Amino acid sequence: MLDIIATDVTVRDAAREAYREAIPALLASLIGGLLAGVVLGGMRSELRAVPGLLVLVPALLATRGNVYGSLGARISTGLHQGLIEPRLRGVDTRLTAAATAALMNGLAASVFAAIAVFLILTILETSVASVLILIAIALLAGLLSGGVLIITVITAVIIGYRRGYNPDALVGPLVTTTGDVFGMLFLLAAVRLVSAVGGVS
Amino acid sequence: MFPILVLLTLVEVGSGLVLNRFEAQLLRYPTLLALVPVMIGTAGNLGSILAARLSTAFHLGTLSFDIRDDTLTGNALATIALSVSIFPIVGIGAWSLTALTGMTRLELWRVVIIALLAGVCLAVLATCVTVITTYLAYQLELDPDDVVLPAVTNICDVLGVIVLFLVVQILV
Repeated sequence: MLDIIATDVTVRDAAREAYREAIPALLASLIGGLLAGVVLGGMRSELRAVPGLLVLVPALLATRGNVYGSLGARISTGLHQGLIEPRLRGVDTRLTAAATAALMNGLAASVFAAIAVFLILTILETSVASVLILIAIALLAGLLSGGVLIITVITAVIIGYRRGYNPDALVGPLVTTTGDVFGMLFLLAAVRLVSAVGGVS
Repeated sequence: MFPILVLLTLVEVGSGLVLNRFEAQLLRYPTLLALVPVMIGTAGNLGSILAARLSTAFHLGTLSFDIRDDTLTGNALATIALSVSIFPIVGIGAWSLTALTGMTRLELWRVVIIALLAGVCLAVLATCVTVITTYLAYQLELDPDDVVLPAVTNICDVLGVIVLFLVVQILV
């Protein structure tokens, strides 16, 4: 009996601690997600004008998280190991190399997603915009949001590290929040720009 | 890095295809469209926070894969409790922001119930996926930090869209 009570208390403690520590990060990314949602909700005419765009949205948003989340984790590990200097002026060459590699990976994954969406929708005989338009949108959105995310991640991780925060705890929520918002905003910008140039809508 | 990225991208294209299945409903009700990023994002975050905690406990040697394990059960319970407190806010937030832009065709209560029901189902699924992937990583002697996080967030994205689709079919 006593044993059962003791177990209950520790389970409750573990649960309470996990709950408290998770709330701030969840609320931060909640705001990012909601803002991204509003942009997506306002994109209905673009989604109608470019068939296949909606299919592309989750892949493009996730690429931001996958690529720049891992960049943040790398920088954070590098800082912990003393391989990267925590300075913002005259940025470390290792840092520039890691950021360039991340951007290239992000762009390649975005283009791959655009081609995959085009092929799958074509096979399924669903209406889809031309592959060039999808690629152009994915590339442009990837480039713009990638640039902003690289600057945000590097700045936040280095400043956070200098002020004594553990960058590991910073990267996840930061990338999901800014990634969602900038990902959607730049996707909207890219669609409008490509539509204007390509004359889609 | 890149082969994994390609695989994850394909998983996400899968969730895009599910979205396409109910595109007509999403375009008709902008509130539902506004729910998409935040539902899948929050589900992924719940999973990745749980994954990070399990992975740390695992590295510290304080985790065992047993239903009687306090850390495991406590964290799983916390994930469900978090979903119950967060997802009503998700619903209210999505509804209010869409109302501000002037396009709501669904009642507030309906949106909150959609968010809560889909959210709690997702939290249960995210917990199962996280525990299973962490266990597999442990069995295959892979570092859970490298494998579990991307796997969990991307699987949760797909599950998020599927669960939202199912709940919308019932409630809208």
